[in-house]
Formats: sequence, C-alpha cells, structure tokens
Amino acid sequence: MADVTFTVDGKQLTAPKGTLLIEACRKAGIEIPAFCYYPGLSLQGACRMCVVRVEKMPKLQTACTTPVADGMVVTTESPEIAQARKATIELLLGNHPLDCPVCDAGGECELQDMTFKYGAHQSQFVEIKNHREEQQWSPVVYFDRPRCILCYRCVRVCGEGMDVWALGIQNRGSGAVIAPNKQDHLECEECGMCIDICPVGALTSGTYRYKTRPWEMSHVSTVCTHCADGCKTTLGVRRADDGMEIVRGDNRDKSGFNNDFLCIKGRYAFDFASREDRITQPLLKQPDGQFKPATWDEALDFAGKQLREIRDTRGGKSIGVIGSTRITNEEAYLLQKFARTVLGTNNIDHHRTADYPSFLAALKAKGQKEASIRDFADAKAILVLGSDPTEQHPLLAWQIRNNVRNNQARLYAANHQDIKLRRQATGFLKIQQENYGALIAFLAGNEKTFEGNANAAGFREALRKEESIVIAFGSEYRGRDIEALIAFGAGFPNVKFACLGDYANSRGASDMGLLPDLLPGYVPVTGAGSFMQEYGAALPQTAGMDMVQMFDAAGRGELAALYVASADPVKRFGVDPAALKNTFLIVQDMFLTETAKLADVILPAANLYEKAGTATNTYGDLQLVKKAGDKAGVRSDFDLIVRLAGHMGHDIKSLVPFGKGLLADFGQSRGTQSGEADRHAVWLTAHQLELKASPFDPFAIFDEIQRLVPAYDLPRLDLMAGNDEHLKSDLVQIQTGATRRDLVLPSNDTLFTSGTLGEYSQMLHSVMESRKQSPAETAAD
Amino acid sequence: MAYLTTHPDVVPVISFRFGKGAADIDRYLELDGYKSVRKCFEMEPDAIINEVKTSGLRGRGGAGFPAGMKWSFVPKESAKPKYILVNGDESEPGTCKDRLIFEHDPHSVIEGVLIAGLAVGAKMGFIYLRGEYRFLIEIMEKAVADAYQRGFLGKGIFGTKHDFEIVVQTGAGAYEVGEESALMESLEGKRGVPRIRPPFPAVAGLYGGPTIINNAETIATVPHIFRIGAKEYAALGTERNGGTRLFCLSGHLEKPGVYELPMGYNLKKMIYEVGGGIPNGKKLKAVVPGGSSTPVLLPEEIDIGMDFDQVAKAGSMLGSGGVVVLDETVCMVEFALRTIKFYQHESCGWCIPCREGTDWLKKSLTRLHMGGAVDKDIDQIKYIADNMLGRTFCPLGDAAAMPTAAFVKKFRKEFEDHLNGKGCPYHPAPDYELATV
Repeated sequence: MADVTFTVDGKQLTAPKGTLLIEACRKAGIEIPAFCYYPGLSLQGACRMCVVRVEKMPKLQTACTTPVADGMVVTTESPEIAQARKATIELLLGNHPLDCPVCDAGGECELQDMTFKYGAHQSQFVEIKNHREEQQWSPVVYFDRPRCILCYRCVRVCGEGMDVWALGIQNRGSGAVIAPNKQDHLECEECGMCIDICPVGALTSGTYRYKTRPWEMSHVSTVCTHCADGCKTTLGVRRADDGMEIVRGDNRDKSGFNNDFLCIKGRYAFDFASREDRITQPLLKQPDGQFKPATWDEALDFAGKQLREIRDTRGGKSIGVIGSTRITNEEAYLLQKFARTVLGTNNIDHHRTADYPSFLAALKAKGQKEASIRDFADAKAILVLGSDPTEQHPLLAWQIRNNVRNNQARLYAANHQDIKLRRQATGFLKIQQENYGALIAFLAGNEKTFEGNANAAGFREALRKEESIVIAFGSEYRGRDIEALIAFGAGFPNVKFACLGDYANSRGASDMGLLPDLLPGYVPVTGAGSFMQEYGAALPQTAGMDMVQMFDAAGRGELAALYVASADPVKRFGVDPAALKNTFLIVQDMFLTETAKLADVILPAANLYEKAGTATNTYGDLQLVKKAGDKAGVRSDFDLIVRLAGHMGHDIKSLVPFGKGLLADFGQSRGTQSGEADRHAVWLTAHQLELKASPFDPFAIFDEIQRLVPAYDLPRLDLMAGNDEHLKSDLVQIQTGATRRDLVLPSNDTLFTSGTLGEYSQMLHSVMESRKQSPAETAAD
Repeated sequence: MAYLTTHPDVVPVISFRFGKGAADIDRYLELDGYKSVRKCFEMEPDAIINEVKTSGLRGRGGAGFPAGMKWSFVPKESAKPKYILVNGDESEPGTCKDRLIFEHDPHSVIEGVLIAGLAVGAKMGFIYLRGEYRFLIEIMEKAVADAYQRGFLGKGIFGTKHDFEIVVQTGAGAYEVGEESALMESLEGKRGVPRIRPPFPAVAGLYGGPTIINNAETIATVPHIFRIGAKEYAALGTERNGGTRLFCLSGHLEKPGVYELPMGYNLKKMIYEVGGGIPNGKKLKAVVPGGSSTPVLLPEEIDIGMDFDQVAKAGSMLGSGGVVVLDETVCMVEFALRTIKFYQHESCGWCIPCREGTDWLKKSLTRLHMGGAVDKDIDQIKYIADNMLGRTFCPLGDAAAMPTAAFVKKFRKEFEDHLNGKGCPYHPAPDYELATV
C-alpha cells in the first residue's frame, strides 16, 4: 500500500496507509503506553492508555485504533495526555491490590511501570477494594481477580492465537471478571500464553509463582529441549545447593522465530532437571545386581578398560553405539567420531522419527527448497500432509493459525484424523491411513485410489490454483513416498518443503551421522575420504548395524558392548532385557531409565539446558544452545565421550582438535567474552604459542563440522548473536534415501507427553492427572 | 394498557393512533395504515431519503443525528446484505415513549422499517426490543405475523417484486445494548459491548453488512412523514428540528405522562401547563431535560425551547425526551447517587474509565450522602467525572460523568451540607438500603 506522511511530536513520519498510529509511532521510536493493545491480536480500545491528541479531532484519540492518514498531526505527550493516562491508572489502582512486594509480576509489571512513569502515587479513595479470592484454574494456571486490569489480552491470545477459546468474560461493569471455560477450572492446551501475556500479576504460573523475584534470576536464552520445532526459550535460573535451578521458562525477549510463543512443555516442563531421583554420581553394577556409587575415575577407568579390551579382542564390529535426539550437534558429531575412530565401528544409530536422508536426497536437485519455520509465518498457502501439528508441532500450528488469521493464508490439510487445524483449513481431506502415498499420486494426476471422490477432486482443484506454497509432511511419508511428494511439489511455481520429525535435535542426530550407513552430512560410509583426511585415521567402510540389528545381535550374543548416550532404546523399542545380559552396557543419562537399569556402568549426564552447543530443528534452522548453569555431579555428553576416550588410552586431541582453529573457542566453555578469546588466539599464534583451549570446547568440534558438512558452513556471527540460521539443505552427498531401511518410529507424543523427558516431568503428569479427573471433551474439540 | 393522557397543546402525529386499537392490523389499515409504504413503492430511493431529509427528522434516541443523512451514508452497492435495525432497547431512566409505540402502534414500526428498506435497498429488518419489555414481545410478534399473513412481509410484498423479512428479537436487560454497536453485537449473539468505530454501521454493521440503525420512535415517525407530507411535518417544529416528538414527563408533576409536543416547545410551559405544575404547592428545584444522562437544569434555566439546539445552548441535552422534574424535597446528593448507581450497574466494564470510574463515583457518593466525606471529596468526585468525560470507549461513560459533574457544579452547597458527619439534611435517618446496595 502507498505510504502516507504525517507528523508526530513535530517529527515527520511515513508509514504504509492503514498502519495503526501506535505501530507507526513505535517503529519510529516513540513509545505509546498500552495495556490492551497487543500486536497480532484484535483491537480493543479498552484501556484508554494510548490516548493521543490528533489535530482537528474534538476528543483525545486512541492510537491503537486510529490508522495513520496523510497530513495527520499528532501529539503523544502533553500535560493533557499525561493527565488522562494518570487518571486511568489512578482508577485502576483504586481496586488493584498494592501488594507489589509479594506479587509475582513485581519488577516486570506493566502497571507498575506506567504508575512509575505517570506518577499516580496518591490514593484518593478510602472505600474498601472489590475483592475476590484467588482461584486455581489448572495445575499451572492461577487467577487473582483483584489484580486483573481487564485488558482482555489473555482472552484474545487464547481464542485468536491458540484457537482454544477457554477464557471469557463474566458479569459486567466493575464486577466483570475473566472466567475459565469449565465453571471453576480450565480445560485447554495449558500453553500458558495467558500467563505470559498478562501485563500484571493476575494470571500466574503454578510452577513459578512466589518462588523468586525476577531480578534474582539470571535469564538464559536457549533452545527448548522438547519437540523438534526448536522454540527459543528464556530460562529463569537461580542458584541452588547443587548448582542451579530452572524456575521459569518464557520468551519475554521475543528474539526467536517463535516470538513470544511457547507451549506447555517449553513453558513448564523443565522440572525434570531438578528431580530428586536424578543420578548425580557414577554407578557401577555389582555382582549382586545392585548399583554402587563410584568415583568418576573408578567408573571411567572401568568402562574405558572394558571397552578397550573388547575392541582389541573382539573387534569394533562387536560394539554398538546409540545416540540421542536431545543432545547437541557437537555431541552427536563427536559420538559418531568416537564410534568410528576410537571404537572402529559403524554400528551406530539413534531413535529416528523422520526419514531425513530420503527427504534431503530428494531435495538435493531442487536447490534451496527446504522451508524454515519462519516460512510458515508468511506463506501464501500451506499444505500439511499427515502429522497433527497442534499436538506434535505446537509452534508450527501457531504460525499457521496466525498466518491464516492475519494474512488470510490458505491452509490445505490431508489427514487420517480430524486434526484441530482443519478449523483453519480452506481445504481438508480425510483419507485412510494407508493412502498417504496414493494421495500424492492422485494430487499428481493419477486417479486410481481417489476416483469418484468429489472431496478429493475439489481439494486437488483448489490446490492446483496455488502458485506459492509451503508443504509440510509427517512421518507418514518415507522413502519413495517422499520422493514422489517432492516430485509432485516441484510442480508448483514456488514451493518449499518441511519434513516433520519429533525431538529437539532429531534433525541434528541425523545430520551428524548417528546412522550406520551415513557419515555427517549424509556422506556414505563407503566414500569417507574427506573424513579420513580430516581425522587422520582409517574409518570402517561398510555399513554397520542399525538399532534393530544391534539388539538382534545382542540377543544372539554377538554384541559384546553397547554404549548408550542419553537415550532409552530398551523402553522405546521394547527390547527384551534378557537380550542384553551378555553385553557390556555403558549408559549415560539423567535417570535410571529402563536401559540404565540394565547397565554395567552408569554415567550421570547433563541435559540440553546444562550445556552449550548448537541444535537444528526439524526445519533445518540452526540455533545456539546456551548453558543455563552447572549441576553438581553431572557432566555433559560431550565431556563424557571425551573422558571415556581418554580413559581408553586414546589421544583426545585427535578426537577434539582443540586449539586447532582460531575460531575454536568463543568463550563458551571458559566463561570469557567471545571477542577476548579470539584476540587471545591471534596473539598466541603470532608468538608461535599453542592455544590452550579446553578439550571440552564444543566449538572446536563445530569448526570441524563446518569444515566437513557443507550444509552447516554458515556465517557464525548471526548464530553467536542468538539468531537462527537456515541450513543450506541442497548440499547432501547421497542421491537417494529410498533404498535404505528407514526404521522411522514416530514418537506419537501429544501436547502433554515428551518421550523420556516427559516421563520425568512431574508437571506434565499433574496436568494429565487433572484432565483425567474432569474427563469432558478435550481442548481440541 | 398504559394510561394515556393528553393536553390541548398535544399535536398527535406519531401518537395519532394511540388508544385506537391500532395494534390490530385491520384497525391500522382503517387508520391510513400501510399507505405511506405504498406511496414509497412509486418513489425512487433517493426521493425517499430526500423526503426524510426535508422533514428535518432527527434521531429520537438521544444524539439527534439527522435521520435522512444517516440513511444517505449507506452505499448503493454492497457485496453483503443490508439491514434495517430498530433500536427498541429503551433503557434511559426517565424515558418511556417507545413502549407506547410498540403497544399502541406496532405496525407503524413495521411500516417505517419497510420504507427505510426501500430507501437503502435492504431486504431484512430486525426489531430489537428491550429485554424487560416482555409484555410487548407478544404484541410486536403478532403484528409481524399479521403483516406476513397479509403479504406485507415475506416474498413479493404488497404484490410488488420486493421481498422483505422482519425478525423480532429481545435483549437480556442491558442498558449498554442501547448503544448501537453494542446492540449489533448482542443481536449477533455476542456479549453486549460496543464496537470500535470506524467502520460505522452504515458501512459495516450487523454481520458486516451496511446497516441503518434507528431508534423506534424515529422509524415509527417515518410513515407519518409520508402521511402528512415532509414539509408539513417539518413546519410543526423549529428550524433544523422538524416535527414533533414524544416527551415523557415524570417526577413531581400533577399530570405526568407521555405527550406528543412540537419540537421547540417551551420547557417551563411543558412543566407548568402540560404537566400541571408541581403538586402540593412545592417549589421546583431542578429539571433533568432529556433522560438521566443529561446535565440537570436549574429552575432559572428552564425557559427554553425543547429542541436539540436550544437545550444544548443551555448546557444540557434534549436526549431521549425524558423530562424528570424534581421539587424542593429532593436531596440532590441522593439523586446524584441514584443516577450513578444506575450507570455503575449498567457499565459493561469494557473500558477502564467507565468501569472503574462509575464504581468509584458510586462509592464516593454513597459515603458523602451518609456524611462520611470531607471537603476534598467533593473535588474528588468532580475529578473522577471530569476524567471520565470524553475518555471512555462509548458514550455510557459520558452519560454517567456529565450529570454528576453538573450536580456538583450546580448544587455544591447541598453537597457541602452533607460533609463532616452531618449526613443527609433531607433524610436524617440514613437510607441504609440505598447506602449499602
């Protein structure tokens, strides 16, 4: 739209026609206060804080409902305006409890800030305030009516943003009150957006309330450890006896692609990290089957010696390694390097939740066609095949809903279930679960399966009119089906694709070569030349055993040792414990999982919130993982791999080339400022001195990843600044993934489960318990 | 059936069928009913609008916006259907005129809707009745059913190619819904809170379609304009204030009631002659000229003509025509409290100044009336009212603030007489019911 020119506080501004005055001012750096206005949500004009003087208008105007117009002359600060805002705050404070010293929002309360700014510090009222008792609406949502200023942000974000509509308004006038959808409690997706968006302390979080003050926490911006959307989250961390405790998750700095969005898991399910039953010292299994605490040296010595002996006597092929979908890229990479160079085996795998190799191989010839999660926010049209984003990819669902609502994007979805997103869909096609492949053939023009199906024909017809589209598909698609899907999609003039996997770094685990047949960057193990050159070592050239084959081999007594890093394959894959009785098992994990129970050595591991590195979401967006703090008694998987190699007598410098590149240490591991480390490195090199960096520096490995995996060779500055970078997805080496055994096992997580981590989240359990007690319809209905 | 009263000065235009059994469709037809709409079928839409403009008819709901001009804002072409909406949510204290129209002359409302429909090209109308007017629903619904049965509504009305549907709907008892955009929200089945404007209803109103929303009296006047002629109707009133309107006289009067008088009729005459003066030889203390939201007038201010412009010049508003007369026995603080209690109760709660302001005004006035206030509390009441004025989302806040500010300004002495523990000089025993509710 054409730009209009107008004047605000004597400054001449231009903005596109139709821009709201409040937005135009904010963009120009002129702050206009508002409680009810919230970008992206419907307009209210209710709080009257954003009043400004527009010339030629008789009354003060609300900047949040006034579009800019040519020649408009606006004053945003004057005694008259300040008085109007002050009076509004005075009226609010009349009923608002002045319990700021104990209120959860104290220190980060918009009402407090406005009172400070406009100086409404004297109360003229002597009457008693209207009072209502505080209510608990769910295990995680509490509501304190007296503190509520009725800005309706929560009502709108729940309805418009989440499409849940669990909050409404009861009564009128001064008796008006926000109310939950089930009389006295909420039945909803428990996303906590209402709490996050509340400008005051009216809605508080069951996990955070009254635990601490905002200024007593440090705030660490990192990546959520749950699903594969990779939301950025700001963890509120405070000191505790054993190092640190995470007390809050939100995204108030809105710096990530998820803006301020987090789902229940990102916002609350960090409590596993502080569980009492977390393993905090190495354990060795005794002959009687009991675990006995050991020192780090005892445990690592024992594990290292055993591993070395097995490797030397029975060969690397008798050892298996299972990695995790929730470790960093550097750890996944290091684990495969450890397996291939130290153990000499290609028997390495992880719990695969999507067929990334087939996807990336099929995309290879199509150029940069992989969609970032950001693409869903402004795509003209979106096609979702399979998956249930609302449950498994809450951020994706949020992006789609907002895009449909604010930009009138068209959503097409085909699914074997009535997924909730169909409410936003222009076209929805319900198909049989076995027909996902046939659907692609139909969309591409083959009539067979859907012959005579008018719905399907209409769906295809509408789809054919689209010129610019983003296609996301779930684990229903693998191998040849993915190839067919990409071939069909390539017919759109402008298209991008996304493959939906399940866990925080599932994509990274796959990209980093936790696979028996593929090296990092999907280089076949048969063509490992560049890797051997970089590693200065020979690599096994034949494909190893995958997850299922390893457990089969164990059952036959052919797997002498198994090293499991932060995974629970025994539970996930339903492995018979007896199969592992003759296998020497090393497990590093947070908890005594089903797999850990069978271990000979257990090494206590840190989780994603307690380490630094990078992680890749399922859309190929690379982000920095920052350490929230150290937990006493545990070590990162990275640390443990390096130490294990060392205790096996391996030269750890050949494993982690620390000090090798000048880019290596960004200060992450030593707590120095990043620039400082770089200057230090330059100085050392100039004087022919060796850089004394740490062997536990993940960025030494990240350097190596960038050298060997072209897709990850991205400019690092943006990444280091906390931004996301989209991978160069066309740089894989394999031609097809369709001939491989995909072994994809979808997690089938819901909004309230999260694999192993979910099992150890008390909060997620309590939410599920509370839902069982009121078994009415689910939020999705 | 409400008791009907009259006076020689009454000019029965709107009320000409009152008391004549015109709720019956045959009787209505005998009394020249549905003749105006037949005339309009012969006219171009613009000609209909021009007639209404010529008549000088201004909105009877309170704001006094020229009806013909409002109609002319509706775009000729519209992708969405257009609607005619009758605001029969008569809730302003002191106002009781629309109920007489619904009771005595329901077909005039239907006929008015049909004419408005022809003028702007709408094919559907809604008659929204106040929730408390339960007894009128039957009358109105029967009138609509009769009109359908005679072919005046439905497909091909009056044997023409025109179609028109009317739906009668009631509110749930909220004053706020008398505000036009809140009424549309309510009609759409939502919470009755006002909408952001623009867009104005004439452009995007009910269900997003262009909508004419008129007060019941305004729409019921339209057929009469075509019955007696626009120029003739305009000539009954004063300049820019055409015709007559129903004045609702209440309070301390010998003969309270609803009287149809020409616009610009002298207020003093209205009280002392039409209303029969103050009973029991008491003296006049104050007059609320146009419903409870209009600023009060002192006895020396009432020698004015009752039309929109003259009352505005006197510092008040003609409003909805609800004239409330108070004699010397009335405690003005108590009256202010009565008034604000109504607005506090009816505030929808949407915006802060109205929601919190009415609540604090009620609390402060309650305390003041009981004698628990000191001097600065009077200023505090004035301060709240001043800071509500013009700052609220819809006019309800103004409706509460304006009279309060006027009470304080014009009767400050009476407020001061209540201070410092003295309490109410008019009702020495505190009215606990009033104070605590």
